[in-house]
Amino acid sequence: MKYETVVGLEVHTELKTKSKIFCGCTTEFGGDQNTHVCPVCLGLPGVLPVLNKKVVDYAIRVGLALNCEILQFNKFDRKNYYYPDLPKNWQTSQYDLPICLNGHLDIEVNGETRRIRITRIHMEEDAGKLVHSGNTISTSDSSNVDYNRTGMPLLEIVSEPDLRSGEEARAYVEKLRSIIKYLDVSDVRMEEGSLRCDANISVRLMGEEKLGTKTEIKNMNSLTALQKGIEYEAVRQAETLEDGGEIVQETRTWDDGKGMTLSMRKKEAENDYRYFPEPDLVPIVISDEQIEEARQSLPELPDAKIARFKAEYGLSEEDSNILTTMRETADYLDATVKAGADAKTAANWMLGDLSKMVNEAGITFAEAKVKPEQLAAMIALIEKGTISGKIAKKVIVSMWETGKDPQKIVEEEGLVQITDTGAIEEIVKQVIADNPKSVEDFQSGKGKAIGFLVGQVMKLSKGRANPGVVNELLQKHLKA
Amino acid sequence: MTIHELHQKLAAKELSAVELTKAVIAHKEKTEPTVHAYLSDSHEAALAVATKVDEKIAAGETISPLAGIPGAIKDNICIKDQKATCASKMLENFVPPYNATVIEKLASQDYVSLGKVNMDEFAMGGSTENSALAKTTNPWNAEYVPGGSSGGSAAAVSAGSAIWALGSDTGGSIRQPGAYCGVVGLKPTYGNVSRYGLIAFASSLDQIGPVTRDVTDAAIVLNAITGHDHRDSTSIPGDRPDYTKALVSDVKGLKIGMPKEYFGDGINSEVREAIEKAAKTYEDLGAKIVEVSLPTSKYALSAYYIIALAEASSNLARYDGVSYGLRVPADNLVEMSTKTRTEGFGPEVQRRILLGTYVLSSGYYDAYYLKALKARRLIKNEFDAAFENVDVLLTPTAPNTAFKFGEKINDPLSMYMEDICTTPVNLAGIPGISIPAGFASNGMPIGMQLLAPAMGEEVLLRTAYTFEQARPECNKVASIGEVTL
Repeated sequence: MKYETVVGLEVHTELKTKSKIFCGCTTEFGGDQNTHVCPVCLGLPGVLPVLNKKVVDYAIRVGLALNCEILQFNKFDRKNYYYPDLPKNWQTSQYDLPICLNGHLDIEVNGETRRIRITRIHMEEDAGKLVHSGNTISTSDSSNVDYNRTGMPLLEIVSEPDLRSGEEARAYVEKLRSIIKYLDVSDVRMEEGSLRCDANISVRLMGEEKLGTKTEIKNMNSLTALQKGIEYEAVRQAETLEDGGEIVQETRTWDDGKGMTLSMRKKEAENDYRYFPEPDLVPIVISDEQIEEARQSLPELPDAKIARFKAEYGLSEEDSNILTTMRETADYLDATVKAGADAKTAANWMLGDLSKMVNEAGITFAEAKVKPEQLAAMIALIEKGTISGKIAKKVIVSMWETGKDPQKIVEEEGLVQITDTGAIEEIVKQVIADNPKSVEDFQSGKGKAIGFLVGQVMKLSKGRANPGVVNELLQKHLKA
Repeated sequence: MTIHELHQKLAAKELSAVELTKAVIAHKEKTEPTVHAYLSDSHEAALAVATKVDEKIAAGETISPLAGIPGAIKDNICIKDQKATCASKMLENFVPPYNATVIEKLASQDYVSLGKVNMDEFAMGGSTENSALAKTTNPWNAEYVPGGSSGGSAAAVSAGSAIWALGSDTGGSIRQPGAYCGVVGLKPTYGNVSRYGLIAFASSLDQIGPVTRDVTDAAIVLNAITGHDHRDSTSIPGDRPDYTKALVSDVKGLKIGMPKEYFGDGINSEVREAIEKAAKTYEDLGAKIVEVSLPTSKYALSAYYIIALAEASSNLARYDGVSYGLRVPADNLVEMSTKTRTEGFGPEVQRRILLGTYVLSSGYYDAYYLKALKARRLIKNEFDAAFENVDVLLTPTAPNTAFKFGEKINDPLSMYMEDICTTPVNLAGIPGISIPAGFASNGMPIGMQLLAPAMGEEVLLRTAYTFEQARPECNKVASIGEVTL
């Protein structure tokens, strides 16, 4: 690789406060067009904004979780530009004194830990949405504006250009998303737009310190799109330079269908935002107590959880990573352990059968149809020998489908393990009689042949025979 | 006729609120063809409230001091379901779906409004000539402007077509027309009265206030509209006093400062003499007159125009034809907004938007806007320092008395100069009142301005009231303004 990719990300996350940032309207997603609006978020003449204090609380929490300095005197500014989805034709945002500065986030990529510096985090209001009458802007003959989203509270988290690949960018956003989710301040759903990501990308020759000319890529609406978009753009820039061309500073859009970035607008055509302090709001003053309170209220974050899972639960680094990516998953494991299950066993079930079901249903562990207590109860049944591990794989499917407790399923479906020696002995005798070849093999010293015979017994018992007893009886009868 | 006199009559059942309202409407119908203070009427609603007030009186209930007394509201203050035009083609048919906080407060006092009154478009101007919708004349002489931007408010009160009015003051827009029309105009401390529902010109300077026949009425109206409002983040928290309690005719021992910079070359000699005579009156009443210096005031006008227009350029950005107000159709979005704004805004508004946009532009921000903010801070500090030595300041309200139509409209700078005594007050956020101080040889009224520290409305009212009691000849009613009951 001759060229190095340099990426800085601007991540917008929609905070899940009950009401909008400057008025009392609901922040609920969806709703008929222009129903979640009032004179204030519509920017009607004469209205004034009133800051939702929850937004400040949430911003402080995110700032602390990302190791930022909290600016105890910060303020809102107006970012002036014309667009019909912006009812006042300015966005209330923060410019020179944002609420958080100078943080960092450590990410793991290919076993290496990289520290990504966070420049700033600021609070701002979201804009509305244009709804075009056709499917696309080019085929529509008119456009409507839906202001439901106008005034939704946003945090913009801006990183330094410390990321070196699409993969790192993806890891950064995944980690960021995980932390924000842990803080319970946003749904961080990229598809619904509650987490949006713009990337500033440039390339430079390996070893070069000066940054190359950057482009800004928008419209990458999934983690995959983010990674692909950055990778595509880095290659495009490198090829342009290789061909003796120049990078034009511009905004480009990621076209997911075409798998490429396309030019949106050149830098010269971009706005002079004429920022100035928002005169309708007073500066935000944050006390030491407020910061301390927020610090106390922070939940255990992924890095701390990973350390605990390794130390307390004896889980591997890899398993701990997977199980802590989402707070719901980690909480599920903790709850299952609390309900009496062995942590490693519970983790194995979660990483295996349960993950598959959760993913297929497109939900999180919080909504899993098998509750932590039920998983713990099922594990207890295995440990007591009531069911075998193999039967348990069936039981858990039934639990998922019916929501019933494992004991009930085991009883109703007659899945209790057969430990009655007499009953198993009958089957063992039959299997020996039916498989003279395998018996011969075993007796001639091929110890492995017993595996086949055990399998046959299990099959005839519909999996219910206690494998230990089966083994014991087979040995006894074969040696006889 | 004043609010307090009429309130006595209502309470004593010498007069009913309906009779009063009808009398003022009848009077208004006589004055309007000449004065043209109003942009829209709400006579029916006024009579409905008056009827309600009469019922309360009949039932033996106590009525509020303002109840049933006909007033008028500047057309940049939102009243639900009534047009709020800002005297602009842009909002000619705009009907707000909500009430300003001051309107809600007034409604709880059974206020009666005869309609919305004229102003310079979006409160930008000092003569009301910038109204795109009507030409209001000065009740003292129809050849003269009423001042502005609250020209309709001052003219209506002066003409007796409203007993009181609400105006708004960004750089003198209540006080200067008050002076030109010979009535009282009070600009409260920034944050004393809620701005929620006042269509913004310059958010950090705008303040709603009363225009009245006398100082007592100013206190009564201020009482009705003052107070912290959670919907206005810049509103000052805490309780407010009863401002009518401050109406004590006594200035003994009071220190009144006269800033020498407000009596410089640009001040008309008749205006200067009237203010000096007022100072003499105060002295005779036992006040101590001291000369003070506010040297930074000379930067106030420039700082004011930079800050006000910067904010205005952003505040008025919303009028783009997209969701309300005027829309001039076009083939595409940019063209639609451009045409809408070109046709919807008058020349002064366009000039101010351009200037405001310019001073905020990258490369000019530091040179203009940031410098203006620093000047503003210095001006404020200077006032604070002055108020450590004096209780109130006495200045002319405007350098001149009312001028004739057309005299300054094509010379924006000389028009802006009329704001030279009033703009520093908005920059500092302190309260100011203009009260009648006599008449010029051409018969036009002269106004004097009193200033007090932030939230010092009480000492301001007391000082103004004392002068009014001592020199009743200064506050006369224009001949057109005599209402017959």
